[in-house]
Amino acid sequence: MSLLQVEGLGISFGGVTAVNDVSFGLETGKIVSVIGPNGAGKTTLFNMISGVYLPKSGRVRLDGEDVTGLRPDLLAVRGMSRTFQNLQIFHEMSVLENVIVGFHMHERGPVLADLFGLPGSRRRARAAAEGARVLLERVGLERAAEREAGALSYGALKRLEIARALAARPRVLLLDEPAAGCNAVETEEIDRLICEVAKTGVAILLVEHDMKLVMRLSDTIVVLDHGEKIAEGDPALVSRDPKVIEAYLGAGTTEALHAHG
Amino acid sequence: MSDLLQFLVSGVTVGAVYALVALGFTIIYNASDVVNFAQGEFVMLGGMISVAGVAAGLPLPLAALIAIALTAAIGVALNTFAIEPARGAPVVSLIIITIGASIFIRGVTQIVLDKGTHRLPSFSGDDPIHVLGATVLPQSLWVVAGAVAIFVALWLFFTRTLTGRAVLATSNNRLAAQLVGINTRFVMTLSFALSAAIGALAGVLITPILPTSFEIGISLALKGFAAAMLGGMGNPKGALAGGLLLGLMEALTAGYISSHYKDAVAFFVILAVLFAFPRGLYGSNPVERV
Repeated sequence: MSLLQVEGLGISFGGVTAVNDVSFGLETGKIVSVIGPNGAGKTTLFNMISGVYLPKSGRVRLDGEDVTGLRPDLLAVRGMSRTFQNLQIFHEMSVLENVIVGFHMHERGPVLADLFGLPGSRRRARAAAEGARVLLERVGLERAAEREAGALSYGALKRLEIARALAARPRVLLLDEPAAGCNAVETEEIDRLICEVAKTGVAILLVEHDMKLVMRLSDTIVVLDHGEKIAEGDPALVSRDPKVIEAYLGAGTTEALHAHG
Repeated sequence: MSDLLQFLVSGVTVGAVYALVALGFTIIYNASDVVNFAQGEFVMLGGMISVAGVAAGLPLPLAALIAIALTAAIGVALNTFAIEPARGAPVVSLIIITIGASIFIRGVTQIVLDKGTHRLPSFSGDDPIHVLGATVLPQSLWVVAGAVAIFVALWLFFTRTLTGRAVLATSNNRLAAQLVGINTRFVMTLSFALSAAIGALAGVLITPILPTSFEIGISLALKGFAAAMLGGMGNPKGALAGGLLLGLMEALTAGYISSHYKDAVAFFVILAVLFAFPRGLYGSNPVERV
């Protein structure tokens, strides 16, 4: 049994099937990418796994436990964190505070202690701030710690969101197009960051359009088309799969996926 | 000159209470986008329950503590039984629910307590202090000091503790807050408890100066709302500034124009803010990146 097990997930909106019977597994320390042409259902699949949508059929299991449709905060408590393609940042808080909030789960004490400012509460707040600085350093944002998050560049916000997700010490991290809208240098930084995180034993599920990034990072690639899984395997295998080539480039094309890179 | 000073003193005293009511609005608005019109009832309950406690022979500090705790529990009950079940309803419906709740609380108070008008004894005597020709009641100092203490304590809570930051984070971006494991329902409960407790404390502080009865909640809610609008809904600094400004405007109107127009000031402020600067003094400009 894999750490994250997706079993036959499906959902439809107003009679249109967006995702149908998709299954795959994700192991500790591995990177699995979900790719597919626009509208293939990648983000919908992601939203079902992370509790944003309730799937119509199928199950999501985390370490054997059925977590299908659980609220995002309950998933986070069980070790699953995610980032969003269109960023979910606390824009009006500082960069450091954004990450400190990420420590909420692990450093939180009794509410009354916080309300009355007991010493334990201050110690926990300090621990969270120190942890947050370490993470900011890891994603290369330590110099921006005191700035308001809303003032950061797009690429920096992407890294901030990853740092915040890491603060929750996830076992499974879902990254929704972490490199979208980033320039080459920023993509490189995110590439390196994802590798590092996986090496620390976090299972990573990636939705990404940047094929070079996907081919380089992934241990396994799951290909969706029209809501169905059409291929699964390592990058070399998937990029030679005729069904995948057809889905991307249309029937009768012999060009390989490299054209996309 | 001494007249002016006198007006300023009473303006700041009443303004401090408005600021606390406005703060109550702010906390709940931030957590849930709901403007809680039962906020005035919390102030009323704080006063009325303390009065009942003192009448039953309890020492004032104990009666006040009980009143604050009970009111906080009523605030939680309001959220659990009236707001939470209507989750997902449009904000306007939720606001109407709070108006209904305020009528309900008023009715129950009449029955369980009474319909009379009551005062609490002053905390430290009624001998006025003379300052530059103006007289200051010691209770006014209690009111202002209490308000300042609450604002400082809340500021520390929101900026220095993880729970406080979780509340801020929830008001800033609820989905992102859930993503990092914050239980946003709990944040709602906490916000209602905090608002109710702050309202009740304001009630305890002011009742030695302004007599309380079951029906004072409406006008306090309206004035606190005006103060919150003036300061910019959702901003604690704005609540403080708006409350003090409104109190001062009222006192000056009562002093220099006529006390008949005193209560009209709040309505004038609401209209003026809505027409001229709907975001208020400290209101933020919502920006969303896409």
